Amino acid sequence: MTKAAFLTDATICIGCKACEVACKEWNNVPADGFEWSGFSYDNTKALGASTWRHVMFLEQPQTAGPQITATTDPFRWVFLSDVCKHCANSGCLEACPTGAIVRTDVESVHVQADICNGCGYCVVSCPFGVIDKNPDDGRAFKCTFCYDRQKVGLMPACATACPTQSIQFGPYDELQERAKSRVAELHQRGYSDAKLYDPKETSVGGIHAFFVILGEPENYNLPPAPEVPTVYLRSAWTSALISAVILFAIVCAAFALT
Amino acid sequence: MNALPEPGERISEERLQEIKRMAGEASLAAGVAKTAAHPQIQGRDSYYGLPGLKPPVWTWEVPLYFFVGGISGVSGCMAFVAHFFHSDPALVRALLWMGFVGSALCPVLLIADLGRPARFLYMLRVFKWRSPMSMGVWILVAYSLCITPALLAHELMLRGFTWPLLAWVQWSAEGACVVTGLLLAAYTGVLLGATANPLWSAHRRVLPAHFLTSGLGGASAILELMGFLVPVTQVLGFVGAGVEMALGVIFETRRREVDVPLHHGISGIAFRVAGVLDAPAPLFVRLLWGSMPQGRYAAAILFLAGSLLSRYAWIWAGRFSAKQPDAEFRRQRTGAARP
Repeated sequence: MTKAAFLTDATICIGCKACEVACKEWNNVPADGFEWSGFSYDNTKALGASTWRHVMFLEQPQTAGPQITATTDPFRWVFLSDVCKHCANSGCLEACPTGAIVRTDVESVHVQADICNGCGYCVVSCPFGVIDKNPDDGRAFKCTFCYDRQKVGLMPACATACPTQSIQFGPYDELQERAKSRVAELHQRGYSDAKLYDPKETSVGGIHAFFVILGEPENYNLPPAPEVPTVYLRSAWTSALISAVILFAIVCAAFALT
Repeated sequence: MNALPEPGERISEERLQEIKRMAGEASLAAGVAKTAAHPQIQGRDSYYGLPGLKPPVWTWEVPLYFFVGGISGVSGCMAFVAHFFHSDPALVRALLWMGFVGSALCPVLLIADLGRPARFLYMLRVFKWRSPMSMGVWILVAYSLCITPALLAHELMLRGFTWPLLAWVQWSAEGACVVTGLLLAAYTGVLLGATANPLWSAHRRVLPAHFLTSGLGGASAILELMGFLVPVTQVLGFVGAGVEMALGVIFETRRREVDVPLHHGISGIAFRVAGVLDAPAPLFVRLLWGSMPQGRYAAAILFLAGSLLSRYAWIWAGRFSAKQPDAEFRRQRTGAARP
Protein backbone atom coordinates (compact mmCIF):
# COMPACT_ATOMS: atom_id res chain seq x y z
CA MET A 1 0.00 0.00 0.00
CA THR A 2 1.11 3.59 -0.49
CA LYS A 3 2.13 6.01 2.21
CA ALA A 4 -1.08 7.61 3.51
CA ALA A 5 -1.58 10.99 5.16
CA PHE A 6 -4.04 13.35 6.78
CA LEU A 7 -4.12 17.00 5.81
CA THR A 8 -6.15 18.98 8.34
CA ASP A 9 -6.87 22.54 7.33
CA ALA A 10 -7.73 25.08 10.02
CA THR A 11 -8.94 27.58 7.46
CA ILE A 12 -11.81 25.34 6.33
CA CYS A 13 -12.83 23.77 9.64
CA ILE A 14 -16.22 24.93 10.94
CA GLY A 15 -15.82 23.40 14.40
CA CYS A 16 -18.75 20.98 14.07
CA LYS A 17 -16.91 18.14 15.85
CA ALA A 18 -18.35 15.55 13.46
CA CYS A 19 -14.83 14.07 13.29
CA GLU A 20 -14.76 13.58 17.07
CA VAL A 21 -18.14 11.86 16.98
CA ALA A 22 -17.40 9.74 13.91
CA CYS A 23 -14.12 8.61 15.48
CA LYS A 24 -15.80 7.59 18.70
CA GLU A 25 -18.61 5.80 16.86
CA TRP A 26 -16.40 3.82 14.52
CA ASN A 27 -13.70 2.95 17.06
CA ASN A 28 -16.09 2.40 19.94
CA VAL A 29 -14.21 4.83 22.14
CA PRO A 30 -15.67 5.95 25.50
CA ALA A 31 -17.24 9.39 25.91
CA ASP A 32 -15.26 12.22 27.48
CA GLY A 33 -17.91 13.20 30.03
CA PHE A 34 -19.86 16.43 30.27
CA GLU A 35 -17.72 19.29 31.47
CA TRP A 36 -17.60 22.92 30.63
CA SER A 37 -14.03 23.98 30.08
CA GLY A 38 -14.69 27.67 29.61
CA PHE A 39 -12.32 27.64 26.63
CA SER A 40 -14.57 28.85 23.83
CA TYR A 41 -16.61 25.90 22.51
CA ASP A 42 -13.87 23.39 23.28
CA ASN A 43 -15.02 21.10 26.06
CA THR A 44 -12.75 18.24 24.93
CA LYS A 45 -9.54 20.10 25.82
CA ALA A 46 -6.92 17.59 24.63
CA LEU A 47 -6.23 14.36 22.81
CA GLY A 48 -6.07 11.32 25.04
CA ALA A 49 -6.74 7.63 25.47
CA SER A 50 -10.41 8.07 24.56
CA THR A 51 -10.08 11.18 22.38
CA TRP A 52 -8.40 10.57 19.06
CA ARG A 53 -9.71 13.65 17.28
CA HIS A 54 -9.93 16.93 19.16
CA VAL A 55 -11.41 20.09 17.70
CA MET A 56 -9.74 23.24 19.01
CA PHE A 57 -11.46 26.61 19.21
CA LEU A 58 -9.10 29.54 19.08
CA GLU A 59 -10.32 33.04 19.69
CA GLN A 60 -7.58 35.30 18.46
CA PRO A 61 -7.33 39.08 18.78
CA GLN A 62 -6.10 39.31 15.22
CA THR A 63 -5.42 42.81 13.98
CA ALA A 64 -3.85 42.02 10.59
CA GLY A 65 -5.28 40.15 7.64
CA PRO A 66 -8.84 39.28 6.81
CA GLN A 67 -11.17 38.29 9.59
CA ILE A 68 -12.92 34.96 9.68
CA THR A 69 -15.56 36.43 11.92
CA ALA A 70 -15.93 40.14 11.43
CA THR A 71 -17.02 42.06 14.49
CA THR A 72 -16.58 45.64 15.51
CA ASP A 73 -13.25 44.86 17.14
CA PRO A 74 -10.43 42.74 15.71
CA PHE A 75 -11.29 39.15 16.37
CA ARG A 76 -11.19 35.87 14.57
CA TRP A 77 -12.38 32.41 15.42
CA VAL A 78 -10.18 29.53 14.23
CA PHE A 79 -10.90 25.82 14.51
CA LEU A 80 -8.57 22.90 14.03
CA SER A 81 -9.12 19.18 14.43
CA ASP A 82 -6.02 17.80 16.16
CA VAL A 83 -4.99 14.16 15.78
CA CYS A 84 -2.04 11.80 16.30
CA LYS A 85 0.75 13.02 14.04
CA HIS A 86 1.96 9.53 12.99
CA CYS A 87 5.57 10.78 13.12
CA ALA A 88 8.23 9.62 10.70
CA ASN A 89 10.48 9.08 13.75
CA SER A 90 7.96 8.19 16.38
CA GLY A 91 8.73 8.58 20.08
CA CYS A 92 6.04 6.16 21.26
CA LEU A 93 7.07 3.48 18.78
CA GLU A 94 10.74 3.73 19.73
CA ALA A 95 9.93 3.61 23.45
CA CYS A 96 7.51 0.67 23.44
CA PRO A 97 9.24 -2.25 25.24
CA THR A 98 6.77 -4.92 24.10
CA GLY A 99 6.75 -4.16 20.39
CA ALA A 100 3.03 -3.42 20.68
CA ILE A 101 3.49 -0.18 18.73
CA VAL A 102 4.38 -0.85 15.12
CA ARG A 103 4.74 0.94 11.79
CA THR A 104 2.11 -0.20 9.30
CA ASP A 105 2.41 -0.62 5.54
CA VAL A 106 0.83 2.84 5.08
CA GLU A 107 3.57 4.19 7.39
CA SER A 108 1.15 5.04 10.17
CA VAL A 109 1.97 4.28 13.82
CA HIS A 110 -0.31 1.62 15.25
CA VAL A 111 -0.81 0.34 18.81
CA GLN A 112 -1.65 -3.36 18.87
CA ALA A 113 -4.13 -3.57 21.72
CA ASP A 114 -3.62 -7.32 22.10
CA ILE A 115 0.09 -6.80 22.88
CA CYS A 116 0.18 -3.58 24.96
CA ASN A 117 0.68 -4.31 28.64
CA GLY A 118 0.21 -0.74 29.83
CA CYS A 119 3.75 0.10 30.97
CA GLY A 120 3.13 3.78 30.26
CA TYR A 121 6.51 4.56 28.70
CA CYS A 122 5.00 5.70 25.39
CA VAL A 123 2.99 8.31 27.33
CA VAL A 124 6.11 10.21 28.39
CA SER A 125 7.87 9.58 25.07
CA CYS A 126 5.38 11.33 22.79
CA PRO A 127 6.63 14.89 22.07
CA PHE A 128 3.08 15.87 21.03
CA GLY A 129 1.31 14.63 24.18
CA VAL A 130 -1.02 12.41 22.14
CA ILE A 131 -0.95 8.84 23.43
CA ASP A 132 -2.27 8.14 26.92
CA LYS A 133 -3.09 5.23 29.17
CA ASN A 134 -6.76 4.52 29.78
CA PRO A 135 -6.96 4.09 33.56
CA ASP A 136 -10.06 1.88 33.34
CA ASP A 137 -8.64 -0.42 30.70
CA GLY A 138 -4.96 -0.30 31.63
CA ARG A 139 -3.62 -0.06 28.10
CA ALA A 140 -2.41 2.87 26.00
CA PHE A 141 -4.55 4.15 23.14
CA LYS A 142 -4.35 6.68 20.35
CA CYS A 143 -5.58 7.28 16.81
CA THR A 144 -5.35 4.09 14.72
CA PHE A 145 -5.46 6.03 11.43
CA CYS A 146 -8.55 3.82 10.95
CA TYR A 147 -6.19 1.14 9.75
CA ASP A 148 -9.08 -1.34 9.72
CA ARG A 149 -11.05 0.91 7.34
CA GLN A 150 -8.00 1.56 5.18
CA LYS A 151 -7.49 -2.18 4.81
CA VAL A 152 -10.85 -2.50 3.06
CA GLY A 153 -10.43 0.63 0.99
CA LEU A 154 -12.40 3.06 3.17
CA MET A 155 -11.26 6.48 4.31
CA PRO A 156 -10.75 7.07 8.06
CA ALA A 157 -14.02 7.84 9.84
CA CYS A 158 -13.10 11.45 10.66
CA ALA A 159 -12.19 12.33 7.07
CA THR A 160 -15.36 10.65 5.83
CA ALA A 161 -17.54 12.55 8.28
CA CYS A 162 -15.92 15.96 7.75
CA PRO A 163 -18.51 18.08 5.94
CA THR A 164 -16.08 20.71 4.67
CA GLN A 165 -13.07 18.64 3.58
CA SER A 166 -11.06 20.29 6.33
CA ILE A 167 -9.81 16.76 7.04
CA GLN A 168 -8.42 15.28 3.86
CA PHE A 169 -7.07 11.78 3.55
CA GLY A 170 -5.00 10.47 0.70
CA PRO A 171 -1.56 9.58 -0.64
CA TYR A 172 1.20 11.37 1.29
CA ASP A 173 2.93 13.02 -1.67
CA GLU A 174 -0.31 14.29 -3.15
CA LEU A 175 -1.45 15.84 0.15
CA GLN A 176 1.95 17.45 0.73
CA GLU A 177 1.60 19.18 -2.63
CA ARG A 178 -1.97 20.17 -1.86
CA ALA A 179 -0.96 21.59 1.52
CA LYS A 180 1.81 23.71 -0.01
CA SER A 181 -0.43 25.10 -2.74
CA ARG A 182 -3.13 25.78 -0.14
CA VAL A 183 -0.70 27.82 1.97
CA ALA A 184 0.45 29.73 -1.13
CA GLU A 185 -3.17 30.42 -2.03
CA LEU A 186 -3.92 31.65 1.50
CA HIS A 187 -0.92 33.98 1.40
CA GLN A 188 -2.19 35.34 -1.89
CA ARG A 189 -5.57 35.98 -0.32
CA GLY A 190 -4.00 37.99 2.48
CA TYR A 191 -3.74 35.38 5.24
CA SER A 192 -0.09 36.24 5.77
CA ASP A 193 0.22 34.04 8.90
CA ALA A 194 -1.00 30.86 7.20
CA LYS A 195 1.57 28.08 7.42
CA LEU A 196 2.08 24.38 7.01
CA TYR A 197 2.82 22.60 10.30
CA ASP A 198 5.08 19.67 9.49
CA PRO A 199 8.27 19.59 11.63
CA LYS A 200 10.59 18.10 9.02
CA GLU A 201 13.69 19.98 10.17
CA THR A 202 13.71 18.43 13.67
CA SER A 203 14.55 14.85 14.67
CA VAL A 204 10.86 13.95 14.31
CA GLY A 205 11.57 14.09 10.57
CA GLY A 206 8.09 15.05 9.43
CA ILE A 207 4.63 13.79 10.25
CA HIS A 208 1.94 11.88 8.37
CA ALA A 209 -0.83 14.09 9.72
CA PHE A 210 0.10 17.65 8.87
CA PHE A 211 -1.85 20.84 9.35
CA VAL A 212 -2.52 24.13 7.63
CA ILE A 213 -2.77 26.65 10.47
CA LEU A 214 -3.22 30.36 10.99
CA GLY A 215 -0.87 31.92 13.52
CA GLU A 216 1.84 30.14 15.46
CA PRO A 217 1.96 26.41 16.26
CA GLU A 218 2.06 27.32 19.98
CA ASN A 219 -1.50 28.69 19.74
CA TYR A 220 -2.61 25.13 18.94
CA ASN A 221 -0.35 23.50 21.55
CA LEU A 222 1.66 22.17 18.61
CA PRO A 223 5.34 22.12 19.68
CA PRO A 224 7.38 24.48 17.47
CA ALA A 225 10.43 22.20 17.41
CA PRO A 226 9.54 18.73 18.75
CA GLU A 227 12.34 16.20 19.22
CA VAL A 228 11.98 12.43 19.25
CA PRO A 229 13.35 11.41 22.68
CA THR A 230 15.78 8.86 21.22
CA VAL A 231 18.05 11.81 20.36
CA TYR A 232 18.74 12.10 24.10
CA LEU A 233 19.91 8.47 24.39
CA ARG A 234 23.55 9.04 23.48
CA SER A 235 24.24 11.72 26.09
CA ALA A 236 22.20 9.95 28.79
CA TRP A 237 23.90 6.57 28.29
CA THR A 238 27.33 8.19 28.05
CA SER A 239 26.73 9.86 31.38
CA ALA A 240 25.47 6.58 32.85
CA LEU A 241 28.57 4.68 31.76
CA ILE A 242 31.03 7.35 32.92
CA SER A 243 29.28 7.63 36.29
CA ALA A 244 29.25 3.85 36.69
CA VAL A 245 32.99 3.60 36.03
CA ILE A 246 33.70 6.39 38.53
CA LEU A 247 31.46 4.75 41.12
CA PHE A 248 33.23 1.41 40.61
CA ALA A 249 36.59 3.12 41.13
CA ILE A 250 35.33 4.78 44.33
CA VAL A 251 34.00 1.49 45.70
CA CYS A 252 37.31 -0.25 44.87
CA ALA A 253 39.29 2.53 46.54
CA ALA A 254 37.05 2.44 49.62
CA PHE A 255 37.43 -1.30 50.09
CA ALA A 256 41.14 -1.36 49.22
CA LEU A 257 42.10 1.46 51.57
CA THR A 258 40.03 0.64 54.64
CA MET B 1 -18.91 19.21 37.56
CA ASN B 2 -21.85 18.53 35.34
CA ALA B 3 -23.40 21.79 34.23
CA LEU B 4 -25.68 20.27 31.62
CA PRO B 5 -29.39 20.73 32.20
CA GLU B 6 -30.95 17.76 33.95
CA PRO B 7 -33.27 15.68 31.74
CA GLY B 8 -36.66 17.36 31.66
CA GLU B 9 -35.34 20.64 33.02
CA ARG B 10 -36.67 23.72 31.26
CA ILE B 11 -33.73 25.56 29.76
CA SER B 12 -34.39 29.09 30.80
CA GLU B 13 -32.36 32.17 30.01
CA GLU B 14 -31.39 32.17 33.67
CA ARG B 15 -29.99 28.67 33.38
CA LEU B 16 -27.99 29.61 30.30
CA GLN B 17 -26.52 32.59 32.17
CA GLU B 18 -25.58 30.23 35.00
CA ILE B 19 -23.78 27.88 32.60
CA LYS B 20 -21.97 30.84 31.04
CA ARG B 21 -20.87 32.02 34.46
CA MET B 22 -19.55 28.57 35.42
CA ALA B 23 -17.62 28.34 32.17
CA GLY B 24 -16.08 31.74 32.84
CA GLU B 25 -15.03 30.68 36.32
CA ALA B 26 -13.45 27.47 35.01
CA SER B 27 -11.24 29.42 32.64
CA LEU B 28 -10.46 32.00 35.35
CA ALA B 29 -9.27 29.19 37.57
CA ALA B 30 -6.93 28.06 34.81
CA GLY B 31 -5.31 31.49 34.83
CA VAL B 32 -6.25 32.52 31.32
CA ALA B 33 -5.66 36.16 30.47
CA LYS B 34 -8.83 37.91 29.41
CA THR B 35 -9.65 41.04 27.52
CA ALA B 36 -12.71 43.14 28.16
CA ALA B 37 -14.02 42.65 24.63
CA HIS B 38 -13.55 38.88 24.55
CA PRO B 39 -13.67 37.26 27.94
CA GLN B 40 -12.64 33.88 26.52
CA ILE B 41 -9.63 35.10 24.53
CA GLN B 42 -6.66 32.75 24.72
CA GLY B 43 -3.08 33.47 25.65
CA ARG B 44 -0.49 33.72 22.92
CA ASP B 45 2.02 31.12 24.11
CA SER B 46 -0.10 28.00 24.33
CA TYR B 47 -3.61 26.68 23.83
CA TYR B 48 -5.38 28.14 26.89
CA GLY B 49 -2.44 26.98 29.03
CA LEU B 50 -3.66 23.40 28.71
CA PRO B 51 -0.90 20.76 29.05
CA GLY B 52 0.91 20.12 25.78
CA LEU B 53 2.37 16.86 27.00
CA LYS B 54 1.00 13.93 28.94
CA PRO B 55 2.19 13.61 32.55
CA PRO B 56 3.71 10.27 33.58
CA VAL B 57 1.03 7.72 34.48
CA TRP B 58 3.29 5.60 36.68
CA THR B 59 1.93 4.57 40.06
CA TRP B 60 3.74 4.61 43.42
CA GLU B 61 5.54 1.37 42.61
CA VAL B 62 7.82 2.90 39.97
CA PRO B 63 9.73 5.45 42.13
CA LEU B 64 10.04 2.74 44.79
CA TYR B 65 11.42 0.45 42.10
CA PHE B 66 14.03 3.08 41.18
CA PHE B 67 15.06 3.19 44.84
CA VAL B 68 15.14 -0.59 45.38
CA GLY B 69 16.78 -1.31 42.03
CA GLY B 70 19.51 1.26 42.68
CA ILE B 71 20.40 -0.20 46.07
CA SER B 72 20.18 -3.76 44.80
CA GLY B 73 22.37 -3.11 41.78
CA VAL B 74 25.10 -1.29 43.69
CA SER B 75 25.03 -4.03 46.36
CA GLY B 76 25.84 -6.63 43.70
CA CYS B 77 28.78 -4.56 42.51
CA MET B 78 29.99 -4.02 46.09
CA ALA B 79 29.74 -7.74 46.81
CA PHE B 80 32.34 -8.47 44.15
CA VAL B 81 34.65 -5.69 45.29
CA ALA B 82 34.32 -6.68 48.98
CA HIS B 83 35.01 -10.29 48.09
CA PHE B 84 37.98 -9.30 45.92
CA PHE B 85 39.61 -7.23 48.67
CA HIS B 86 39.05 -9.95 51.27
CA SER B 87 36.61 -7.99 53.37
CA ASP B 88 34.66 -9.52 56.23
CA PRO B 89 32.86 -12.61 54.76
CA ALA B 90 29.73 -11.58 56.67
CA LEU B 91 29.77 -8.28 54.76
CA VAL B 92 30.04 -10.08 51.42
CA ARG B 93 27.16 -12.33 52.41
CA ALA B 94 25.01 -9.36 53.48
CA LEU B 95 25.67 -7.60 50.17
CA LEU B 96 24.77 -10.70 48.16
CA TRP B 97 21.51 -11.01 50.10
CA MET B 98 20.72 -7.31 49.62
CA GLY B 99 21.32 -7.66 45.91
CA PHE B 100 19.20 -10.77 45.69
CA VAL B 101 16.25 -9.50 47.76
CA GLY B 102 16.21 -6.27 45.76
CA SER B 103 16.33 -8.10 42.45
CA ALA B 104 13.39 -10.24 43.59
CA LEU B 105 11.37 -7.17 44.67
CA CYS B 106 12.01 -5.23 41.46
CA PRO B 107 9.92 -7.38 39.09
CA VAL B 108 7.07 -7.42 41.61
CA LEU B 109 7.01 -3.61 41.71
CA LEU B 110 7.30 -3.30 37.94
CA ILE B 111 4.55 -5.82 37.25
CA ALA B 112 2.24 -4.20 39.81
CA ASP B 113 2.55 -0.91 37.92
CA LEU B 114 1.51 -2.39 34.58
CA GLY B 115 -1.96 -1.66 33.28
CA ARG B 116 -2.19 -5.32 32.29
CA PRO B 117 0.01 -7.17 34.81
CA ALA B 118 -0.82 -10.58 33.31
CA ARG B 119 1.02 -9.49 30.17
CA PHE B 120 4.35 -8.77 31.88
CA LEU B 121 6.14 -11.44 29.85
CA TYR B 122 5.38 -9.47 26.67
CA MET B 123 8.30 -7.30 27.80
CA LEU B 124 10.53 -10.18 26.72
CA ARG B 125 9.09 -10.42 23.19
CA VAL B 126 11.55 -7.90 21.84
CA PHE B 127 15.00 -6.47 22.55
CA LYS B 128 15.20 -2.80 21.66
CA TRP B 129 18.47 -0.93 22.05
CA ARG B 130 16.67 2.33 21.53
CA SER B 131 14.08 1.84 24.27
CA PRO B 132 15.49 2.36 27.80
CA MET B 133 12.41 0.57 29.17
CA SER B 134 13.21 -2.51 27.08
CA MET B 135 16.90 -2.32 27.97
CA GLY B 136 16.01 -1.93 31.64
CA VAL B 137 13.89 -5.07 31.61
CA TRP B 138 16.73 -7.04 30.03
CA ILE B 139 19.26 -5.53 32.46
CA LEU B 140 17.04 -6.59 35.37
CA VAL B 141 16.74 -10.11 33.96
CA ALA B 142 20.50 -10.29 33.43
CA TYR B 143 21.21 -8.98 36.92
CA SER B 144 18.84 -11.52 38.50
CA LEU B 145 20.61 -14.26 36.55
CA CYS B 146 23.94 -13.08 38.04
CA ILE B 147 23.09 -12.27 41.65
CA THR B 148 21.03 -15.43 42.20
CA PRO B 149 23.76 -17.99 41.31
CA ALA B 150 26.34 -15.84 43.15
CA LEU B 151 24.29 -15.99 46.35
CA LEU B 152 23.41 -19.66 45.84
CA ALA B 153 27.05 -20.66 45.38
CA HIS B 154 28.04 -18.60 48.41
CA GLU B 155 25.37 -20.17 50.63
CA LEU B 156 26.19 -23.70 49.44
CA MET B 157 29.87 -23.18 50.29
CA LEU B 158 28.91 -21.82 53.70
CA ARG B 159 26.98 -25.03 54.28
CA GLY B 160 30.07 -27.14 53.64
CA PHE B 161 29.72 -27.99 49.98
CA THR B 162 33.23 -28.16 48.59
CA TRP B 163 32.52 -28.72 44.94
CA PRO B 164 35.34 -26.69 43.27
CA LEU B 165 33.00 -25.30 40.62
CA LEU B 166 31.10 -23.36 43.32
CA ALA B 167 33.89 -20.88 43.95
CA TRP B 168 34.27 -20.34 40.22
CA VAL B 169 30.50 -19.77 39.88
CA GLN B 170 30.51 -17.24 42.71
CA TRP B 171 33.45 -15.30 41.29
CA SER B 172 32.19 -15.15 37.73
CA ALA B 173 28.60 -14.39 38.77
CA GLU B 174 29.78 -11.64 41.12
CA GLY B 175 31.99 -10.23 38.38
CA ALA B 176 29.00 -10.10 36.05
CA CYS B 177 27.05 -8.39 38.85
CA VAL B 178 29.45 -5.46 38.66
CA VAL B 179 28.37 -4.72 35.09
CA THR B 180 24.70 -5.64 35.32
CA GLY B 181 24.24 -4.19 38.81
CA LEU B 182 25.72 -0.82 37.91
CA LEU B 183 23.63 -0.75 34.73
CA LEU B 184 20.54 -1.51 36.83
CA ALA B 185 21.29 1.37 39.18
CA ALA B 186 22.15 3.79 36.35
CA TYR B 187 19.66 3.03 33.59
CA THR B 188 16.69 4.49 35.50
CA GLY B 189 18.31 7.89 34.97
CA VAL B 190 18.41 7.20 31.23
CA LEU B 191 14.81 5.97 31.41
CA LEU B 192 13.69 9.39 32.66
CA GLY B 193 16.25 11.39 30.68
CA ALA B 194 15.40 10.00 27.24
CA THR B 195 11.75 11.08 27.25
CA ALA B 196 9.78 14.01 25.91
CA ASN B 197 9.33 15.34 29.44
CA PRO B 198 11.07 18.75 29.49
CA LEU B 199 12.41 18.55 33.05
CA TRP B 200 13.69 15.00 32.77
CA SER B 201 15.29 15.37 29.35
CA ALA B 202 16.97 18.61 30.45
CA HIS B 203 18.57 16.60 33.30
CA ARG B 204 19.48 13.51 31.26
CA ARG B 205 23.21 13.95 31.85
CA VAL B 206 22.96 14.30 35.60
CA LEU B 207 20.18 11.83 36.41
CA PRO B 208 22.21 8.60 35.95
CA ALA B 209 24.95 9.94 38.26
CA HIS B 210 22.32 11.10 40.75
CA PHE B 211 20.57 7.72 40.85
CA LEU B 212 23.86 5.77 41.03
CA THR B 213 25.00 7.88 43.97
CA SER B 214 21.71 7.25 45.73
CA GLY B 215 22.18 3.54 45.16
CA LEU B 216 25.71 3.64 46.59
CA GLY B 217 24.79 5.68 49.65
CA GLY B 218 21.65 3.57 50.14
CA ALA B 219 23.48 0.25 50.01
CA SER B 220 26.09 1.54 52.44
CA ALA B 221 23.37 2.90 54.75
CA ILE B 222 21.58 -0.45 54.86
CA LEU B 223 24.87 -2.15 55.72
CA GLU B 224 25.28 0.27 58.63
CA LEU B 225 21.74 -0.42 59.83
CA MET B 226 22.56 -4.13 59.69
CA GLY B 227 25.39 -3.42 62.11
CA PHE B 228 28.37 -3.14 59.79
CA LEU B 229 29.75 -0.02 61.47
CA VAL B 230 33.10 -0.50 59.76
CA PRO B 231 35.28 2.23 58.19
CA VAL B 232 34.27 1.34 54.64
CA THR B 233 30.57 2.11 55.22
CA GLN B 234 31.56 5.36 56.93
CA VAL B 235 33.67 6.35 53.91
CA LEU B 236 30.98 5.39 51.41
CA GLY B 237 28.38 7.19 53.53
CA PHE B 238 30.47 10.37 53.29
CA VAL B 239 30.97 9.85 49.54
CA GLY B 240 27.25 9.30 48.88
CA ALA B 241 26.11 12.31 50.87
CA GLY B 242 28.99 14.42 49.54
CA VAL B 243 28.20 13.75 45.87
CA GLU B 244 24.50 14.33 46.55
CA MET B 245 25.47 17.62 48.18
CA ALA B 246 27.31 18.72 45.04
CA LEU B 247 24.40 17.65 42.82
CA GLY B 248 21.99 19.42 45.16
CA VAL B 249 23.93 22.66 44.76
CA ILE B 250 23.65 22.27 40.97
CA PHE B 251 19.89 21.61 41.16
CA GLU B 252 19.37 24.54 43.50
CA THR B 253 21.46 27.12 41.66
CA ARG B 254 20.43 26.37 38.07
CA ARG B 255 17.39 28.54 37.44
CA ARG B 256 16.31 27.84 33.90
CA GLU B 257 12.60 27.98 33.14
CA VAL B 258 12.61 24.20 32.77
CA ASP B 259 13.83 23.84 36.40
CA VAL B 260 10.73 25.49 37.88
CA PRO B 261 9.16 22.17 39.07
CA LEU B 262 12.25 21.56 41.21
CA HIS B 263 11.73 24.82 43.10
CA HIS B 264 7.98 25.42 43.17
CA GLY B 265 4.84 23.65 44.22
CA ILE B 266 4.51 20.32 46.00
CA SER B 267 7.24 18.77 43.85
CA GLY B 268 9.58 21.64 44.75
CA ILE B 269 8.96 21.17 48.47
CA ALA B 270 9.43 17.39 48.23
CA PHE B 271 12.57 17.83 46.15
CA ARG B 272 14.13 20.26 48.62
CA VAL B 273 13.22 18.20 51.68
CA ALA B 274 14.74 15.17 49.94
CA GLY B 275 17.79 17.24 49.05
CA VAL B 276 18.35 18.19 52.69
CA LEU B 277 17.71 14.66 53.96
CA ASP B 278 20.17 12.92 51.65
CA ALA B 279 23.03 15.44 51.66
CA PRO B 280 23.64 18.13 54.33
CA ALA B 281 21.73 16.28 57.08
CA PRO B 282 23.69 12.98 56.99
CA LEU B 283 26.95 14.86 56.35
CA PHE B 284 26.36 16.98 59.45
CA VAL B 285 25.36 14.02 61.61
CA ARG B 286 28.32 11.98 60.40
CA LEU B 287 30.78 14.80 61.07
CA LEU B 288 29.48 15.46 64.58
CA TRP B 289 28.42 12.03 65.81
CA GLY B 290 30.03 9.70 63.25
CA SER B 291 32.09 8.03 65.96
CA MET B 292 28.98 6.84 67.79
CA PRO B 293 26.77 4.00 66.52
CA GLN B 294 23.65 6.12 67.08
CA GLY B 295 25.09 8.86 64.89
CA ARG B 296 25.78 6.45 62.07
CA TYR B 297 22.33 4.86 62.31
CA ALA B 298 20.78 8.33 62.19
CA ALA B 299 22.87 9.34 59.18
CA ALA B 300 21.96 6.12 57.39
CA ILE B 301 18.23 6.58 58.02
CA LEU B 302 18.34 10.22 56.92
CA PHE B 303 20.08 9.30 53.68
CA LEU B 304 17.68 6.46 52.89
CA ALA B 305 14.65 8.66 53.56
CA GLY B 306 16.02 11.47 51.38
CA SER B 307 16.98 9.12 48.61
CA LEU B 308 13.53 7.50 48.54
CA LEU B 309 11.69 10.84 48.68
CA SER B 310 13.87 12.22 45.91
CA ARG B 311 12.69 9.46 43.52
CA TYR B 312 9.09 10.44 44.17
CA ALA B 313 9.96 14.13 43.85
CA TRP B 314 11.43 13.53 40.38
CA ILE B 315 8.20 11.86 39.22
CA TRP B 316 6.02 14.61 40.76
CA ALA B 317 8.23 17.28 39.22
CA GLY B 318 7.90 15.51 35.86
CA ARG B 319 4.12 15.73 36.16
CA PHE B 320 4.40 19.46 36.91
CA SER B 321 6.76 19.93 33.96
CA ALA B 322 4.35 18.28 31.50
CA LYS B 323 1.76 20.87 32.48
CA GLN B 324 3.86 23.87 31.45
CA PRO B 325 3.32 24.06 27.68
CA ASP B 326 4.46 27.67 27.29
CA ALA B 327 7.78 27.03 29.06
CA GLU B 328 8.46 24.01 26.85
CA PHE B 329 7.55 25.85 23.64
CA ARG B 330 9.88 28.72 24.55
CA ARG B 331 12.63 26.20 25.29
CA GLN B 332 12.14 24.64 21.88
CA ARG B 333 12.19 28.06 20.19
CA THR B 334 15.54 28.87 21.76
CA GLY B 335 16.98 25.55 20.64
CA ALA B 336 17.60 24.36 24.20
CA ALA B 337 15.59 21.18 23.60
CA ARG B 338 17.96 20.01 20.89
CA PRO B 339 20.28 17.16 21.89
